[in-house]
Amino acid sequence: MDRAVAIDVSRLCKTYDSHKAVDDLSFRVYAGEIFGLLGPNGAGKSTTLRTLITLLHPTSGTATIMGYDTVRDADTVRTLIGYVPQERAIDRFLTGREHLQLLGALYHLTTEEATKRIGELLKLVDLEAHADRPAKTYSGGMKRKLDIACGLLPDPKILFLDEPTLGLDVQSRLRIWEYVRMLKARGMTVVMTTNYLDEADQLCDRLAIIDGGKIKTLGAPAELKIALGGDIVSLTLKEADRMHALESALNGQAAIKSVRATAKGLDIRVESPEKALPTILESANRLGCSIEFIQYNRPRLDDVFIAHTGRAITESIPEPETT
Amino acid sequence: MAHYWQEIRALTMRWVRRLSREKFSMLFTLVQPMLFWLIFFGNLFQRAADTQVMQAPNYISFLAAGVVVMTVLNNGLAGGVDLLFDKENGFLERLMSTPIHRTSVILSRFIFVMAITSMQVLVILGVSYLFGVHPATGILGIATILLIGMMFGVGLTAISMAMAFSVKSHGDFFSVLGFLSLPMIFLSSALVPLTAMPGWMSFLAQFNPMTWAIDAVRPLILSGWAEALPHVGMVVLVMVVFDALCLYGGAKAFRRAMG
Repeated sequence: MDRAVAIDVSRLCKTYDSHKAVDDLSFRVYAGEIFGLLGPNGAGKSTTLRTLITLLHPTSGTATIMGYDTVRDADTVRTLIGYVPQERAIDRFLTGREHLQLLGALYHLTTEEATKRIGELLKLVDLEAHADRPAKTYSGGMKRKLDIACGLLPDPKILFLDEPTLGLDVQSRLRIWEYVRMLKARGMTVVMTTNYLDEADQLCDRLAIIDGGKIKTLGAPAELKIALGGDIVSLTLKEADRMHALESALNGQAAIKSVRATAKGLDIRVESPEKALPTILESANRLGCSIEFIQYNRPRLDDVFIAHTGRAITESIPEPETT
Repeated sequence: MAHYWQEIRALTMRWVRRLSREKFSMLFTLVQPMLFWLIFFGNLFQRAADTQVMQAPNYISFLAAGVVVMTVLNNGLAGGVDLLFDKENGFLERLMSTPIHRTSVILSRFIFVMAITSMQVLVILGVSYLFGVHPATGILGIATILLIGMMFGVGLTAISMAMAFSVKSHGDFFSVLGFLSLPMIFLSSALVPLTAMPGWMSFLAQFNPMTWAIDAVRPLILSGWAEALPHVGMVVLVMVVFDALCLYGGAKAFRRAMG
């Protein structure tokens, strides 16, 4: 497949003092796709994003946006991109419309162009009725919509979203997802960071799992799940005391690929549940393990994440995010 | 160039809008220096102060120049606060991700702070007028006072912005601010002439750029051009050096913060 490259990141490193926030990152984003950077806080997602939008200079390596270097051609890059920051980067005292007017001037639009585009955007994000109220009266979801309208004001080729649904209620989240899908349908390239697995799974055409400043794996969500190989049988045991005996009994059996102890039982990766289930039940019986609950899952993105980083995304990691 | 002006105008308008939405804050900003210093302090020391020592008809007329420069000091030192908040909530990043000239945001802030400060200085001179302080050098003298205020204000605002870009948290910013402001005032000729200070204080006050500014503003109000001109010439020189140093430091801090 020969697709136009929208973003090309090559051997990107960013070091703060002695801490490597981003460590030798290389990837490509193709035109028209939704690309996700998935990882826990402090993984290096935001640093990568800030480099792409020209706010940080890489320590080494390069990044190009539509062929323009983010350091040398920063001014050109800035005319091609829209950015929706992670923080609620809203001026409480300005109205929604005034935010957009300010940005209109910063993108050097004429008053007529700006007025037309602002009208369209307010309609798009459904803020027309609130456009002339100061932003301090907005709800979290409304602020986020305004954020997105601000990001879209320059009519960018590529839109960057930093944690677009962090801290939002379910309805607002779904609403934001709708917008992102609609933008893709219009042909926009979208790059987003997230630490929500379901968001990455639902929204992204391809994603990179980042941890400790490095890419652990990269691909379409479905590919990544298939690459793990095998479905998972999760056992919840009544007593934990014989768990390890069962774990070692199952390890190495023909139909079973791997066994991992969890808080209440075992996660068993199997080639096919039809073959594996009898083996599992037989071993459990033989050892006198009473099983409370059996669950059978196709791999989820959570499993992909755990397989590549060695922990769940919700588990905290020691180093704080450096910005 | 047209783009540059468009950016600066829009960003300056933002500061104006913010202030106009904060009616209370605006009122207190305008009223505070004249209420605290000119009206309370000035009248409080009216009889305690020795006019022989002051070389002025009364304490308020002596103090007026000090209050003018103090206002410049406080506005200048607080000039970076809004950028500090912009930095903390990500608004600055949003602005910097647009194709604007890198200096637009800072320049808009300078313009805004200078404009507000000039308005305040005029209000202070107006209130002083009501207390019988009539500037000896007239309109041209007032224009000169505004010019001196702006020259001093540019350097102070640069310091404030440099701090805003460098500090880790806004707690640090306000502690430093609080620590700087009062000693700067006490170690200057704002409240007492240098000749009436303890030796060590007057020694230190000589190195305070505020003293130079006050020593030029005071004769413009009290005496007349003949006495004021040499001081005005001197303060222009001092401020050129002061501003150059502050702007250099500010530019360095800005470049470091902006990657």
